[in-house]
Amino acid sequence: MADPFQWQSPLAHLGLAARSNREGDPGDAGVHLSERPARTQVNLRGDSADDAFNEAVTMVLGVGLPARPNTTAAGEGVTVLWLGPDEWLVVAAPDVDRLAALETALAGHGAAVTEVSESRAVIGLTGANAREVLMKGCALDLHPRAFRAGRCAQTLLARAGVILHQTGNEPAYDIYVARSFADYLWTWLEDAAGEYGVRVTGADT
Amino acid sequence: MAQSHRLSDGGRIDREQPLGFTFNGKSYQGYAGDTLASALLANGVMLVGRSFKYHRPRGILSAGVEETNAPVQLETGPRTEPNLPATEIELYDGLSAASVNCWPSVEIDAMEVNDLLSRLMPAAFYYKTFMWPARFWMSYEKAIRQAAGLGTTPVHRDPDRYDKMHLHCDVLVAGGGPAGLAAALAAGRTGARVVIAEQQAEFGGALLGERDEIDGAPAIEWVAAALAELAAMPEVRLLPRTTVFGYYDHNFVALLEHRGDTVGTRKRLWKVRVKQTVLATGAIERPLVFADNDRPGIMLAGAARTYANRFAVTPGRRAVIFTNNDDAYRTALDLKAAGVEVACVVDLRGDPDGDLPDRADAQGIEVLGGWAVTAVHGRKRVNAVEVMALDASGEAVDGEPRRIDCDLVCVSGGWNPTLHLFSQSGGRARFDAARSLFVPGDSMQAECSVGAANGTFGLASCLTEGHEAGAAAAAGAGRRRSQKRISVPRVAETVEGAWRNLWVVPGKHPVGRRAKHFVDLHNDVTAADIQLSAREGYESVEHTKRYTTLGMGPDQGKTSNIAGLAILARERGADIPDVGTTTFRPPYTPVTFGALAGRDIGPLADPVRRTPMHHWHERAGAVFEDVGQWKRPRYYHRPSETMGDAVDRECLAARNSVAILDASTLGKIDIQGPDAAELLNRVYTNAWDALAVDRCRYGLMLGEDGMVMDDGVTARLGENRYLMTTTTGNAARVMGWLEEWLQTEWPELKVHLTSVTEQWATVTLSGPHARRLLGAFTTDIDLDAKAFPFMSLRQGTVAGIPARVFRISFTGESSFEINVPAGYGLALWTALMGAGEKYGITPYGTEAMHVLRAEKGFIIVGQETDGTVTPVDLGMDWVLSKKKDFIGKRSLDRADCQRLDRKQLVGLLTEDPNSVLPEGAQIVSELRDKPPMPMIGHVTSSYFSANLGRSIALALVKDGRARQGQTVHVPLDDRTPRAVIADPAFYDPEGDRLHG
Amino acid sequence: MLLISCPWCGARDETEFSCGGEAHIARPADPNALSDAEWADYLFMRKNTRGPYLERWVHTAGCRRWFNVARDTVTNEITAVYKMGAKPPRARAKASRRKR
Repeated sequence: MADPFQWQSPLAHLGLAARSNREGDPGDAGVHLSERPARTQVNLRGDSADDAFNEAVTMVLGVGLPARPNTTAAGEGVTVLWLGPDEWLVVAAPDVDRLAALETALAGHGAAVTEVSESRAVIGLTGANAREVLMKGCALDLHPRAFRAGRCAQTLLARAGVILHQTGNEPAYDIYVARSFADYLWTWLEDAAGEYGVRVTGADT
Repeated sequence: MAQSHRLSDGGRIDREQPLGFTFNGKSYQGYAGDTLASALLANGVMLVGRSFKYHRPRGILSAGVEETNAPVQLETGPRTEPNLPATEIELYDGLSAASVNCWPSVEIDAMEVNDLLSRLMPAAFYYKTFMWPARFWMSYEKAIRQAAGLGTTPVHRDPDRYDKMHLHCDVLVAGGGPAGLAAALAAGRTGARVVIAEQQAEFGGALLGERDEIDGAPAIEWVAAALAELAAMPEVRLLPRTTVFGYYDHNFVALLEHRGDTVGTRKRLWKVRVKQTVLATGAIERPLVFADNDRPGIMLAGAARTYANRFAVTPGRRAVIFTNNDDAYRTALDLKAAGVEVACVVDLRGDPDGDLPDRADAQGIEVLGGWAVTAVHGRKRVNAVEVMALDASGEAVDGEPRRIDCDLVCVSGGWNPTLHLFSQSGGRARFDAARSLFVPGDSMQAECSVGAANGTFGLASCLTEGHEAGAAAAAGAGRRRSQKRISVPRVAETVEGAWRNLWVVPGKHPVGRRAKHFVDLHNDVTAADIQLSAREGYESVEHTKRYTTLGMGPDQGKTSNIAGLAILARERGADIPDVGTTTFRPPYTPVTFGALAGRDIGPLADPVRRTPMHHWHERAGAVFEDVGQWKRPRYYHRPSETMGDAVDRECLAARNSVAILDASTLGKIDIQGPDAAELLNRVYTNAWDALAVDRCRYGLMLGEDGMVMDDGVTARLGENRYLMTTTTGNAARVMGWLEEWLQTEWPELKVHLTSVTEQWATVTLSGPHARRLLGAFTTDIDLDAKAFPFMSLRQGTVAGIPARVFRISFTGESSFEINVPAGYGLALWTALMGAGEKYGITPYGTEAMHVLRAEKGFIIVGQETDGTVTPVDLGMDWVLSKKKDFIGKRSLDRADCQRLDRKQLVGLLTEDPNSVLPEGAQIVSELRDKPPMPMIGHVTSSYFSANLGRSIALALVKDGRARQGQTVHVPLDDRTPRAVIADPAFYDPEGDRLHG
Repeated sequence: MLLISCPWCGARDETEFSCGGEAHIARPADPNALSDAEWADYLFMRKNTRGPYLERWVHTAGCRRWFNVARDTVTNEITAVYKMGAKPPRARAKASRRKR
């Protein structure tokens, strides 16, 4: 039998935890990078104009779906990212029950509930120069007047499609990238951040 | 090392910071704040290069971006850069540069013979002379290019780093002179996000080289105060050493920043999306076109005083000023103040009477009004000029020439607004006939030109205009006007007289005789060349440009444009605007490729997509193949094996024991909703209503043109849920295709799609031992062939991991495709490898996969198909539903798809079983001695099959199915193998093995 | 580079989008009722106008939604963006020369 603990995160092969321990305190590095810990990710599609659908989702998640494009909604241990007018990404602590509950609650509502937890790596990017690093590969306007904590966007970063979620105004970002592109994007981020000083931080929360 | 031409005080150089440099191998010293040009002039070096075509000696002409004469090769080795104007190179310690376009040296140039032969080399000489015979052009070109060599490109890998940055702003100001700074201040004070870019190291533009006063103090103090205020504004970004080089659609503007070698990034490309642009790009001085106006020592008047005022360098000891306007009198006054002897001012105008000529007169400078320079003495350096009086018309000269000794001639023909960015933005220049210059016309994008770039030359007006434009731009970008009322700085305005435009200065001899009248110094284009082109019928400036090379090359006609147009117009008896204006295109100045590539080089040139098992493959010696951006193992290399050996080994294992493939790259789409089956009915050629839950079916997808687009197996996961697989390379395309139809044509269908390609790792076990191996890892899936038949799926656990197992086969063997959450892919793979050891489990790559499927006659989309192949061509009529419509069905009935001679898929067996045909080879039925021969088809796939012990091939052959058993020929370079047309299924055509 | 306003995500760079060609070409309800010439007209023929043009775009790297764009093919000016199924806006003044 395979050891279930042999589950590997998308960037496991880079040995980031060991590197983080070795490099120690982030010090005055302008950019901190981490691989964010595993979360349950569910792709949700449905009709946002359908009240019953919205209610069912709110009942299970404890938070309503963000109706405004490129925004997020946060509830107890769960964040919902707007991906399209009928598409959202539900991100929660690893919790199989919630997925099943969502499937059950939405049956008959013309919705689609698809688990995609393994589809994407999530890279945490923070630090004083985090925005500059993104500006090197992302055409979005990330100035605080245009993009703040709580905003998200599907866009291109370098040559990879990403979901960019600003989680804090420090600034802090979570970058969702397709698993197969994760190694490329991590390498790109480290390279782009080089001039500011990079520290790999442990996968905290 | 004394700097022979350096003033003891003044200028914006730092005498405390001496910098050593070499030019053409000789050592010199300059100061921080110098350009290479100013440092050379400080050392008395005027001769810096040889001209492009005639190899005439050339000296520094300008103090800026418009330099035509001083392209140098900067540095050697991997950092070398060709054709940089010496006027634009900031001096640094240890700099090394050399002249281009001369051999063996700039002093003695062997190709100078071209100048003596120049009567034989008119415009378009090369085109006319070397065109016949045409096939020799390649060798002529090589020699010509060497003779006209413009520096050398680096041959080593560039050791420096470059990057790119996106930026958004309310107001972009291009140019950091007085108008630009005023605009940035006005915009910045509203709190707008402002970017101001200045191509030089220091902001201030023309003010750096002038002795103007603002608010009663030296103008440079106003510049310093403006910069301090801008630097304190949090939303203002100052970009020195940054050229705005491209203006594209929708106010997308490209900037190149030279960050220097000391910082991590040598150059940075800024990609800026701007709400409002202020173009404060200044103006470029026009030279005058007169006899031998290219001699070293002839310099633009504005540049001469810039060298004196800004760099504390006297470009000569004794100067003659030759002008058609008042501005050049500033040069006379400033040079005199710097201690240069000003022999006289030669003014084309009969009666110069503005404020400035008056001041010159008061200083005792001799002014020759209504005179012209008619000859220049000295080849490598001017030593004297001859001047003569103009007649009343200005078309000819009169009287006796007067000789004036001098080593510097400062020329001015007026100024041209720098319209390049305006033109790039889509705007058309307007001709200001009163002043004979082009100014910006109507704006096509959200931009506005100010100051000299707008034809406004007085400093006071420049400041006012900049200020107003900056405030308006901020308002246009949605910022409220600043509450504070800000007064525009006060400047005493000087009254200046009108210019007198004599496009070719008359002399003793007609144009084209004895002396050369250069219009474009960079490309060695003379007034005579333009006249010739007009006589030969090139009426539009666009034609003249290509015929004479006027305005081409790195300098893009910055100094030559207007004179060229004027001469052409005069030759045609037309007005200047009627001969057309050339369109300026990006880049304004050359952009190094490194900056355009940024960090998209080496391993980051393109994303590499890796499967969860990638690193296992690497360690196992996999040789990878690119499939789209994916890396897939092509085969697993063992020491002492050839690729053929490895593929044979892998193929034999798949049929005789068990082989394992990483199939994670296949596209997977989760389809949910009550209309899921209806969607499949419409996009696939076969019917999907009857497919039971837990069963799979092969599907073929066509374009609306009836051609095969993709194929794959789709499984029914539940009542309203399907999982579609696509080929690796088409995954994104198919997903997009289905979404397009759903959103644009069939919004009524209740069905949702979600890509799950990345969610699952897929491992395929193939071969007689596959079932037994898998059996050891699952207790909740009955693998028995009856309980789990071919083309069905089961959900359960494998090795304790939740899994979906499909019984489908691309190899023709009994085969299981195991899908597990991607994070478990490596764990599953490793477990199967460990347990499979006793069966001789063999990992196989895409090459073996291709061979195995070809043995079965299975197609690969993109290999057997190329966008012109229908399912009927492939012999796949069985997959076409007659009962329902599907995308592409109507097209299959088009006459062209019904032709009997369409190419059809067949098998090919070479007569020599060891001969493997090259893929793509053409097939003929009737062999002739030499081409042409009627080609009846081509080889699409071809391999050596270890299982069959011979070569096999698939081919598309005209009417191929009717030719079964016929012998055809495959003419190759070195041999012509014969082959027999066969059925494409070479192995187990009944399919017994895959059901087993 | 064009700046295209996705009806949902707002203004984004052209690189995030793909162009799907001329808009408002409906798939015939019954393709079999069409002659070969009529079918070829649907399949292959596009207006490719010089000047105002209605075309389909998809926000490939964003929300993946299709929508329509009214673009002047000479100046690249985008005069309208509207959702699938919506009627095209009344044709704007020919290649208007106003500032964008």
